[in-house]
Amino acid sequence: MATEHSVAAPSGDQTRIHNIGYRTYDGPRLGRAYARRSLYSQSLRGAYGLGRSVKSKVLPMLLFVVMCVPAAIMVAVAVATKAKELPLDYTRYAIVMQAVISLYVASQAPQSVSRDLRFKTVPLYFSRPIETADYVRAKFAAMASALFILTAAPLLVLYVGALLAKLDFADQTKGFAQGVVSVALLSLLFAGLGLVVAAITPRRGFGIAAVIAVLTISYGAVSTLQAIAEAQSSTGSIAWIGLFSPITLIDGVQSAFLGASSAFPGGVAPTNGEGVVYVLLTLGLIAACYGLLMRRYRKVGL
Amino acid sequence: MVRVTTFEDVTVIATESLSKRYPRVTALDRLSVDVGPGVTGLVGANGAGKSTLIKILLGLSPATEGRAEVLGLDVATKGAAIRERVGYMPEHDCLPPDVSATEFVVHMARMSGLPPAAARERTADTLRHVGLYEERYRPIGGYSTGMKQRVKLAQALVHDPQLVLLDEPTNGLDPVGRDEMLGLIRRIYTDFGISVLVTSHLLGELERTCDHVVVVDGGKLLRSSSTTDFTQTTTTLAIEVTDTDEHPDGTRAVREALHARGMDVLDSGGGLPGAGHVLLLTAQGEETYDLVRDVVADLGLGLVRMEQRRHHISEVFTNSDEQRDAQRKEAVGHGN
Repeated sequence: MATEHSVAAPSGDQTRIHNIGYRTYDGPRLGRAYARRSLYSQSLRGAYGLGRSVKSKVLPMLLFVVMCVPAAIMVAVAVATKAKELPLDYTRYAIVMQAVISLYVASQAPQSVSRDLRFKTVPLYFSRPIETADYVRAKFAAMASALFILTAAPLLVLYVGALLAKLDFADQTKGFAQGVVSVALLSLLFAGLGLVVAAITPRRGFGIAAVIAVLTISYGAVSTLQAIAEAQSSTGSIAWIGLFSPITLIDGVQSAFLGASSAFPGGVAPTNGEGVVYVLLTLGLIAACYGLLMRRYRKVGL
Repeated sequence: MVRVTTFEDVTVIATESLSKRYPRVTALDRLSVDVGPGVTGLVGANGAGKSTLIKILLGLSPATEGRAEVLGLDVATKGAAIRERVGYMPEHDCLPPDVSATEFVVHMARMSGLPPAAARERTADTLRHVGLYEERYRPIGGYSTGMKQRVKLAQALVHDPQLVLLDEPTNGLDPVGRDEMLGLIRRIYTDFGISVLVTSHLLGELERTCDHVVVVDGGKLLRSSSTTDFTQTTTTLAIEVTDTDEHPDGTRAVREALHARGMDVLDSGGGLPGAGHVLLLTAQGEETYDLVRDVVADLGLGLVRMEQRRHHISEVFTNSDEQRDAQRKEAVGHGN
């Protein structure tokens, strides 16, 4: 029975400062909402490698730069050539850069959720005041915010550049706003899909491959089918095929309602009726991802 | 002798015919037990229901029937409030390898609701108390098992809980690490004033650390009593003596002499080292030690050792050990 107040450092520890004994904590305990916010900010920082090793900062930072550089070049060109408008619409930017976005989701969604599952850290969270819903919401919000930063930052570069090039203010502001709404939707959708896939494949490396597969293979399949449909001049089916991959889903939504020009073959944009289906499916998918994550984490409790 | 009711005014954990049934197994079967302040051991073989009990106590898994209170809060309705005041150290690995102990414990402190500055200060304090110094800035991946166990303990203590639940904290440790961990657990109560519920499948280990021991088997309460009660009924004395010219077989001489004085002596349990040269007798109290000393001295033999044989938990459960069957029944009898 060690009754003396000595720290368990029996020998060879000259660096030890005076032992001041155990101090109790009487300060505030900020509870669930604070813990959820802390988890959110820790996850968001982690998505850019902040607070993690130097090695894990490389990829997200690199992808962020890769996202922004083309925007900067476009702005430089627009300013230099005194162009009347930007070479690329705000809404088109994310569609063109989709490979970079997919790569970012594939690298960061697994690190956000799979690590906790793989190293069984999840039970430690749930032995604290936060509950399943808090954990899922914090992680979802953090991933979506990280994606929003990634996709909205280049739009901001374009917007600021456009204003510097003295392009039409009202026109640019409208385009920028439409682009921001579009990437916000994209961020939510991609974050949800990425997290769900990562949460069911906790094994190292596996999650990355699975996310890439879901995001890019579906796009490959959909655009191939759309090209075939166009070749057979059945343009009516092009819009419906577009429902089956995340990026074409976003493309459809913004072509129908956010004034974007469609990237579908032949520039076929969904009609308003089809557009409603696109919006409903997008929102439904986001909700389904949230539901699936909740179900997944209810199981892993302790 | 058995106190299935509150043994002090304050009760840390109280359960009342607590049951947990899964479709195929009954994990807890009408368990009623009270735990007071101090260090309490929860002993049971694997699958005895220890982890299930901890889950219910943290308010993470609803009981099928019965009720339980932790720190006076009902687990069914006050789960979040309980988890704010209770620390939990899981049995399994739970540490990410790529962050340092400091970063990890600070994060866990914030998850318990501590403001950032307090979280950092408490982390530094707690890591020092569990015996982690310079290494706390290195990634956890490079830690030894003993150091990892200390980090796990630190994250359970960092928010200064009123109670910590430690699930098999000595798992995977070598004998020295085991002793250090047990000493640390003792200090959590004596120095920090935090009550402890510690599970183990080794009774001997808990006897040294705990004030009170609760034994469960198959989800049922087998026994709940203070450690002194426990050891009194189970203490066996092992004696080994030298041979002399006068008594070529010292062991036999001592056995006969003790017999003559009315002591029941058993030969050493089979399979143990020194079998045949070790005598086992049940200690009745202080006078048994004196008797042995006198007998050995009278015969002019050297006393090589006289030690308490701590019983392994399996002896409380299994039927196979026929030699101690009577003793086992006695032990079990107290639990009911």
